[in-house]
Amino acid sequence: MAKIWVFAELAEAKVAPIVLELLAKARDLGGEVEAVALGKGASAAAETLGKHGTKKVYACDDEVFDQYVAQPATDTLEALVKSGSPDLLLFGFTYDSREVAGRLSARLGVGQVSNCLDVEAEGGGFVAKVPYFGGAKIASLKLNNQPAIVLIRPKSFEAKEVGGTAEVEKVTATVGADSKRAHLKERIAEKGEKVKLEDATIIVSGGRGMQGPENFPLLEELADALGGAVGASRAVVDAGWVPYSMQVGQTGKSVRPSVYIAAGISGAMQHTVGMKGSKVIIAINKDAEAPILKMADLGVVGDALKIVPKLTEAVKAKKKQ
Amino acid sequence: MTPSAIIKLRFIAFTEKARLKIVVTVKQIPDPNATLKLTSDNRLARDGEVVLDPGDEYGVEAALRIKEAADEAEVVLVSMGPAKAADAIRKGLSMGADRAIHISDDGLAGADALTTAQVLTAAIKGESPDLVVCGCESTDGSTGMVPPMIAELLGFPQLTFAKQVEVSGSKVTIQRQTDVGYDVVEADTPALITVTAGVGEPRYASLKGIMAARSKEVKKVGLGDLGVTRGKPAEEVLEVVEAEKRQAGEVIEDDGNAVEKIVALLAKVKAV
Ligand SMILES: Cc1cc2nc3c(=O)[nH]c(=O)nc-3n(C[C@H](O)[C@H](O)[C@H](O)COP(=O)(O)OP(=O)(O)OC[C@H]3O[C@@H](n4cnc5c(N)ncnc54)[C@H](O)[C@@H]3O)c2cc1C
Ligand SMILES: Nc1ncnc2c1ncn2[C@@H]1O[C@H](COP(=O)(O)O)[C@@H](O)[C@H]1O
Repeated sequence: MAKIWVFAELAEAKVAPIVLELLAKARDLGGEVEAVALGKGASAAAETLGKHGTKKVYACDDEVFDQYVAQPATDTLEALVKSGSPDLLLFGFTYDSREVAGRLSARLGVGQVSNCLDVEAEGGGFVAKVPYFGGAKIASLKLNNQPAIVLIRPKSFEAKEVGGTAEVEKVTATVGADSKRAHLKERIAEKGEKVKLEDATIIVSGGRGMQGPENFPLLEELADALGGAVGASRAVVDAGWVPYSMQVGQTGKSVRPSVYIAAGISGAMQHTVGMKGSKVIIAINKDAEAPILKMADLGVVGDALKIVPKLTEAVKAKKKQ
Repeated sequence: MTPSAIIKLRFIAFTEKARLKIVVTVKQIPDPNATLKLTSDNRLARDGEVVLDPGDEYGVEAALRIKEAADEAEVVLVSMGPAKAADAIRKGLSMGADRAIHISDDGLAGADALTTAQVLTAAIKGESPDLVVCGCESTDGSTGMVPPMIAELLGFPQLTFAKQVEVSGSKVTIQRQTDVGYDVVEADTPALITVTAGVGEPRYASLKGIMAARSKEVKKVGLGDLGVTRGKPAEEVLEVVEAEKRQAGEVIEDDGNAVEKIVALLAKVKAV
């Protein structure tokens, strides 16, 4: 039976959502599922990891992993991989996990496949699915090395609690003399997010069709009325209308809400690859030929600037009923 | 204070060393605005129009700003790619980089990220830089794996997703972009950084810059010169298929009833 390890990224001492998605996949692959958690909250994370099907957690609570970027985690993972010999090592395609996965794969000299949508077990090995051309095509890549290192895009799978407890094996931090280099000195919060984009069940996204940053409050009002979050296309992020953290798509966030409302977004591949997993897509675009209308459950050909405020009023009225 | 002075302040550099050496990795990519094609072995065809990866233009820009704020600095471009990559390199030189190394070898076709990182590292080592600047992720591959691999192979710390960079003496401090703001990350040189669009709009090449670039040195090297032998590829492309498309639903003209229809759908999925 294949031994599958999930790198349990911790964010503010809690298991990052992507980890639970990876565990759902790891269980599906039918192997022996274990996790590695490094840093503040690692041992405590075992409870959540266990509930999501992890049998064993290698945990180290040392804060060196929170203080220095990537290198301490690479050192410790290298030691663990060498003694534990996993067949597959899953990482989230997130800023923090990417750093560690890249270094580890170079350290071990095994390569990796990044930015994946899926991974399958095939012929005793693993095959990763990678988007090509902004998601228009999907390539199947067979991994040649052990461990096979695969980085998977957030929201590719649905997390599911299955119950269970994980055995915790405490490990010591193996940190090289020269590995305390990139020092994380301070975390600055510039704004508090109301609802995080990737956690939102309803997303109202705007594109260049919103005409200007002065119209984005219209989307915020609709999102507020629905209890959702506001997203954006890259065109408006590049134009500086809204911050990068709101970008949905290939080079932004992947989201999978129950409802995605796209206002004034054309529906370029690089945008839709990040939102096509949404349960229901509603698009408002004044161009009847816009590609987004061809993938929406409900497409409205019309002016978003007129429709959105009316929709907000209607939603508020409906909620009062 | 003029806007440009404010920007420059981000790159205060007081180097004790006479010369700060900065390597910028630059990748040539198929023009993202052109139609992309696959080769017979399912790799991205790289023989059409090529451009300097827009992400790497930010790398060049960041390096040039650091240079301008330093007493003395040299900016060296390093690129791995077929003969055509020379165009992308020229663009970087026209912007103001001092010279370039172009790694081109038939034996590198279809190189994976690890091979790319190994080859780039071999070339970078020969330069003993204080700073290596990369894009966060390439526009064509979007894997973001080459920079951490290079950092690992060089034994450098990595300061990534920088929206602001400050070099002061032997210290590099960056603002690392996060969802809620930024992290302040610091390391001693030598170090590798990756930059986002936050570092500032890439400059246009001036006519003078374009002329000057013609006489700048572009050193061509092959695998043999670097002493690198290519290992077994980390992955193999089995097949490439069309992505599944979502079924189109209903498309309506907004004749005044659109809002009602949207609300009805939202109610159906219990969103209102
Ligand atoms: C490597 C790469 C990565 C990329 N990554 C991303 C990514 O992560 N995310 C992303 O979004 N894009 C990404 N892009 C860019 C993508 O290709 C598109 O350029 C971008 O998504 C377009 O944004 P848009 O739909 O807002 O703008 P446009 O394409 O300009 O579309 C605007 C739309 O608004 C409509 N419109 C205009 N006025 C109105 C109105 N009053 N009411 C209603 N509709 C109106 C127009 O008909 C049009 O369809 C990437 C591109 C590349 C090359
Ligand atoms: N062939 C290459 N030549 C030079 N730099 C590269 C090459 N491939 C990747 N890079 C650098 O690594 C960054 C990230 O690329 P990637 O890891 O491929 O997403 C790019 O923005 C470049 O700075």
